[in-house]
Amino acid sequence: MNEVIRSLVVVFGVLIAAMSVAAGLIWLERRLLGVWQDRFGPNRVGKFGLLQVLADMIKIFAKEDWIPPFADKPVFVIAPAIIVVTVLMTFAIIPFTRDIEVVNLNIGLLFFLAMSSMGVYSVALAGWASNNKYSLLGGLRAAAQMLSYEIFMGLSLMGIVMLTGSFDLRDIVKAQRGLWFCIPQFFGMIIFLIAGIAETRRLPFDLPEAESELVAGFHSEYSGMKFGMFFVGEYLGITLISALMVTLFFGGWLGPVLPPIVWFILKTLFFICLFILLRASLPRPRYDQLMSYGWKVMLPLALLNLLVTGGILLEINS
Amino acid sequence: MFSLLRSIWTVFVHMFHKRETILYPEMKPYIPPRWRGRIILSRDPYGGERCVACYLCAVACPVDCISLQATEDEHGRRYPQFFRINFSRCIFCGFCEEACPTYAIQLTQDFEMGEYNRQNLVYEKEDLLISGTGKYPGYNFYKVAGLSIAGKDKGEGEDEEPPVDVRTLMP
Repeated sequence: MNEVIRSLVVVFGVLIAAMSVAAGLIWLERRLLGVWQDRFGPNRVGKFGLLQVLADMIKIFAKEDWIPPFADKPVFVIAPAIIVVTVLMTFAIIPFTRDIEVVNLNIGLLFFLAMSSMGVYSVALAGWASNNKYSLLGGLRAAAQMLSYEIFMGLSLMGIVMLTGSFDLRDIVKAQRGLWFCIPQFFGMIIFLIAGIAETRRLPFDLPEAESELVAGFHSEYSGMKFGMFFVGEYLGITLISALMVTLFFGGWLGPVLPPIVWFILKTLFFICLFILLRASLPRPRYDQLMSYGWKVMLPLALLNLLVTGGILLEINS
Repeated sequence: MFSLLRSIWTVFVHMFHKRETILYPEMKPYIPPRWRGRIILSRDPYGGERCVACYLCAVACPVDCISLQATEDEHGRRYPQFFRINFSRCIFCGFCEEACPTYAIQLTQDFEMGEYNRQNLVYEKEDLLISGTGKYPGYNFYKVAGLSIAGKDKGEGEDEEPPVDVRTLMP
């Protein structure tokens, strides 16, 4: 009985925490972008503008939720839900501390890769169901981009799997007791970071929405809370990739003095800020540059990383 | 690759720069002296209305936001019976100020004219008139351009100076 209550608390705790972090990121992103552009950002509503989140939520819930008559209705409605669901599912496998984890999957890493592949359906279907040329172009770009970046995202993680011999995220964190994987797997980390940005469709890789060319890409036709779902999905994605960066390469909850959960939160927050900094500073590449960069640079680099890691491991073990 | 890292660093360093934003209601922005803000009607140094109701401002106004009616006082001097500016139409172009022959109508540095009710943006003469002389402290139209009106010739009225004999202005 105690076990059940405990797991319920963890499940809903993680759910609520993830959702409120995603909402809080609206404020954090606007504020940080302001700071990096010599402005203040929203600072009027509440203390430090913190209630801006609430104001934004009230606004987006009160918006007209309009489905265009030419859209494919069922698909149009389901598409925004898919992205939120897949990202939230992945939060289940992240070990926040030694004891706080929703499920302890022994194939945790594979589950994450599977779920992030599922996320492609959301944008591709949204672009298709909107029945609008800009949306379709956005959906096409999203599908191509996410499929090609998915490949070396998976490959970049295989180095870690080799080092630890496990897909279990908890084992991966425990294996980083001595040395965080960001040093032995430096290239793996860089590749995972870049692929992660591309997976969440954040700014240097936001070709699918590219508001200067495609109106808003795959979510041009969305309004109200359906648009809000894409928004929340994007912020959840940022949080997820940051949390995974921390878990896989920066020792998860490990750290001196402070309690483990605080370490985890601090590290995750650092990567979230890095995401926002990248958005503040980098321009968007051309689409062919994006694809050739993925296939001609990142994929060989990921394979090379795998090869070298394998070679060194073989050398040590023999 | 290096240029990307450098631009990321440059943006990060901007965190420690001075903010460009002026937090408006608490901090007032600098308003230049020639700012074209709320329109006023000024008075001459003796406290009389400068406006002679010549309609030039109403003619010059591109959005037709000025309306007035001329009338004459007991000395035969023209003044506006009513003078109305609809600030919900006004575009603050300053043409009325340029057209005014007596420096009566002037644009000030005040811009905080927000209203909840559109009707409140229609300013009547008593809202427009100020007690001072505005931008031209010593100027009195009748002193420099006295006209012959009922009961007096050029330069004969009180406070008026007689016309200058141009031949005495020789160097």
